[in-house]
Amino acid sequence: MIDNIDLSLVDWSRAQFALTAIYHWLFVPLTLGLSFILAIMETIYVKTGNAEWKRITRFWMTLFGINFAIGIATGIILEFEFGTNWSNYSWFVGDIFGAPLAVEGILAFFLESTFVAVMFFGWNKVNKKFHLVSTWLVAIGANLSALWILVANAWMQHPVGMIFNPDTVRNEMVSFWAVLFNQVAVDKFLHTISSSFLLASMFVLGISAWYLIRKREEQLAKRSILIAGVFGLLSSLMVAYTGDQSARTVSKVQPVKFASMEALYEGKSNAGLMAFGLLKDSEKKIGDKTEWEFAFKIQIPGLLSVLTGGDRESYVQGIKDHINGNDKLGLISTPDKIKRGRYAMEILTSYKNASLNNDTAQISATKSIFKDKDFKDNYFRYFGYASINKPEDIIPDVPGSFYSFHMMVVLGFLLIIIFSVALYLLFKGTLSDNKWFLWVALLSIPLPYVASELGWLLTEIGRQPWIIQDMMTVNKAVSQIGTGTVITTFILFAVLFTGLLISEVSIMVKQINTGPKH
Amino acid sequence: MLSQIFLQHYWWIIISILASLLVFLMFVQGGQTLIYTLPQTNIQKTMIVNALGRKWEFTFTTLVTFGGAFFASFPLFYATSFGGAYWVWIAILFSFIIQAVAYEFRSKPNNVFGHKTFELFLFLNGSLGPFLIGVAVATFFTGAMFSLNNMNQVLWATHWYGLEALLNIRNLALGLAILFLVRVNGLLYLINTINDEALLKRSVKGLISNSIPFLIFFLFFIISLLLSNGFASDNGTGTMTVEKFKYLHNFIQMPVVMILFLAGVVGVLFGIGISVFRKSLTGIWYSGAGTMLAVFSLFLVAGFNGTSFYPSLFELQSSLTIKNASSSHFTLKTMMYVSFLIPFVIVYIWYAWKAINNDRITEEEMNSDEHKY
Ligand code: HDD
Ligand code: HEM
Ligand code: HEM
Repeated sequence: MIDNIDLSLVDWSRAQFALTAIYHWLFVPLTLGLSFILAIMETIYVKTGNAEWKRITRFWMTLFGINFAIGIATGIILEFEFGTNWSNYSWFVGDIFGAPLAVEGILAFFLESTFVAVMFFGWNKVNKKFHLVSTWLVAIGANLSALWILVANAWMQHPVGMIFNPDTVRNEMVSFWAVLFNQVAVDKFLHTISSSFLLASMFVLGISAWYLIRKREEQLAKRSILIAGVFGLLSSLMVAYTGDQSARTVSKVQPVKFASMEALYEGKSNAGLMAFGLLKDSEKKIGDKTEWEFAFKIQIPGLLSVLTGGDRESYVQGIKDHINGNDKLGLISTPDKIKRGRYAMEILTSYKNASLNNDTAQISATKSIFKDKDFKDNYFRYFGYASINKPEDIIPDVPGSFYSFHMMVVLGFLLIIIFSVALYLLFKGTLSDNKWFLWVALLSIPLPYVASELGWLLTEIGRQPWIIQDMMTVNKAVSQIGTGTVITTFILFAVLFTGLLISEVSIMVKQINTGPKH
Repeated sequence: MLSQIFLQHYWWIIISILASLLVFLMFVQGGQTLIYTLPQTNIQKTMIVNALGRKWEFTFTTLVTFGGAFFASFPLFYATSFGGAYWVWIAILFSFIIQAVAYEFRSKPNNVFGHKTFELFLFLNGSLGPFLIGVAVATFFTGAMFSLNNMNQVLWATHWYGLEALLNIRNLALGLAILFLVRVNGLLYLINTINDEALLKRSVKGLISNSIPFLIFFLFFIISLLLSNGFASDNGTGTMTVEKFKYLHNFIQMPVVMILFLAGVVGVLFGIGISVFRKSLTGIWYSGAGTMLAVFSLFLVAGFNGTSFYPSLFELQSSLTIKNASSSHFTLKTMMYVSFLIPFVIVYIWYAWKAINNDRITEEEMNSDEHKY
């Protein structure tokens, strides 16, 4: 493949992707969650015929619209960035990865954009039932679009359902269902949508609390809190459950990511779950990478073994098991994988040379190797390792993975408490007078946003150096356009998106301040 | 058993349909270029923005789906063109990013940048979007500066990363033709949707002044296309050769496509004609159908009959055809099943569109408390 890779080009391309994805993700979860909250509120309106519920629905719908527009604006760029900045990747996996993106457009985006028009403009044009159905379809459409993009992302974490074709030098899909029902995709979808429901509930709860603090719109606020409280509490429990499932799956399909999340270098039985910890440089090194150790930790003994393996005795793999190999567990070492990957690469190169020289004997000999099961399972599987230079390069950023994971989990439990208290006070009837809690609710609006972004940071940082686990490194994926070009577009995006964000927040705050129409 | 050749053609047809739908729906962009010149009062401007604002998402979503479908069915094109002609595509995307917020933010209080900025965004998207998309599509005929190595990785041969396309007069001609075409369609749409005498008169006038440049640029592009060389790929080996009058031959060898093309041109002219001379309000339907037919047939001419739809001017043999750029048989087949849902999608879009557009937009409606932009 291309040999002299410009690392600054890779870094800037990554920075640009991260920047645009993080911006996009500031708006997406609210769309996913609030659309369902709107649908629930409007259902109550249609069922009861109570005009106050219509007013409530329309108020939150205004905020939804503002957020929705900027979600779309930041989304289009992501789709095309695979082509513009990761073109080698786009070819290598386009046969698989393109399909979910296309399905997303055909099935989900059209559903959403068609019925969003009815939802916004149809109040006096279509009948109540049709309007209600439209609102539900917007929610379903938005969440369907999440499904497809997450299927695509899950495939990068855990590639399944494809074979490699040496003629075209790419992976080709052989089972659509395997791609769709990839365990990682299922976990990711459930965890992502439930965390988005949680985020939207916090948003509604927090803003309603502000109205109660100001003693304005008290009926609207209380009714909204009722919906958001119930929806939020259920979602927060679901988040913890699906998050736990995700972690289990990660421990199976991306064990190095998992070990980094726990900063576990030496594998062990009876491993404890880290409830809280601070990392420091141990001055030991693995190759040229720092080995981190705990400056301080609170551990629940044995729990990590129990969670991942079912009992205290089960062994949890550490980072070093994967660098050095572990005979007892049947894990081969990274240097060995590199050798195997390079061998696979040699076969591919000799196949390519044979086709160039029209050497038919050599062509058919090498081609049959690609069909060989032993070659596929024991060599080609490590194809991506051909471009790993040093074994320690397979370790992702350990503090980044560790802190983002642990902060997300802490925030998750904090949110469960907040929603429980909100519902308790609401049913006790003392919520409006509890200034202290109302302030907590208002100030907690950013928490799920932080948790949600941390979740993606964990997923993506923990995946390094792979763009597709074990198959392709990020370095190999990048488009060969000048670094200067990418720096320029990075700056353009940063300025434009920041400007739009400022405008959005300012409009949003103004709308909340003005309150619903009478 | 469906053959690979069949599926490749099937998917090129789907891509062509999406492209034709996109160009038609860009009447929204065309309309956006008129906001400074067409309305004489603020309320007229509000009516125009709202008439367009109820449709912008369709255009946008079609663009997104067009990109996704191209990625899924011809990933080598996606990788090559987007990863090489970087600046052209990025410029197109920027123009759509600013559009997506403009409608919603324009008239909202405290939008920081003021309504003028968001109107400028609409204008920029309206003019740059169609023009650059036209330029990019023209390179399907005029070629681009790339090569692919034996691992199918793209190398772009200029440091302009796509901007060099702007130096080709034929690319510019198609870009401008599309720009004036969408302005014409924008006017026809406004004539159909807004109930306002004064605005109607001005729109009809605008039709004449936009149709003339459209025809000039369009004819220039078509004539030069018929006279130009094209890249042909050998059926068996896939070897590329330069063929004189390739596109003329394509029209002659595929008479159905030629008929569709001519019908398309007639449709557009008819739509303009009845609006100018007979004061009809329904010109948009003829012109819209005509636009779709013309674009559809141009795409078929670009990709069918052993033609390279993305020729490389730098290294002839790297040129892309629907054969060498497509996805695998399995993916094309699976995606074909998905595409069977498209008619269903069209039906509900149609239904929702009718539900919202039943009555023409009036001043009274703009002054009521309905949701508006
Ligand atoms: C469908 C695929 C996909 C999806 C849904 C996401 N990403 Fe991603 N992300 C990538 C595909 C990807 C990528 C193309 O694979 C990148 C570019 C370079 C890389 O390493 O991975 C990447 C990089 C990347 C990085 C840089 C990591 C690093 O360089 O260490 C961050 C921080 C994020 N992403 C964050 C996000 C966020 C916040 C997302 C939520 C919307 C997100 N990603 C969704
Ligand atoms: C990096 C991968 C991603 C790509 C390529 C992408 C692509 C897009 C695109 C093109 C849009 C505009 C759609 C339109 O025309 O309406 C959009 C908006 C949106 N995306 Fe993303 N997106 C990504 C990440 C995500 C994730 C991870 C989710 C959800 C879990 C998501 C869910 C949504 C939603 C709900 C919207 C809101 C607006 C809309 O759908 O119209 N996206 N995205
Ligand atoms: C309660 C405890 C939680 C646990 C145990 C947990 C666990 C996890 C794990 C293991 C991942 C990585 C999955 C992967 O790499 O494939 C993840 C990702 C993620 N988390 Fe959490 N999480 C929790 C709470 C939260 C909260 C509160 C939010 C936001 C409100 C959140 C949002 C996300 C998001 C958006 C992702 C990225 C998508 C994905 O990979 O699934 N999580 N979480």
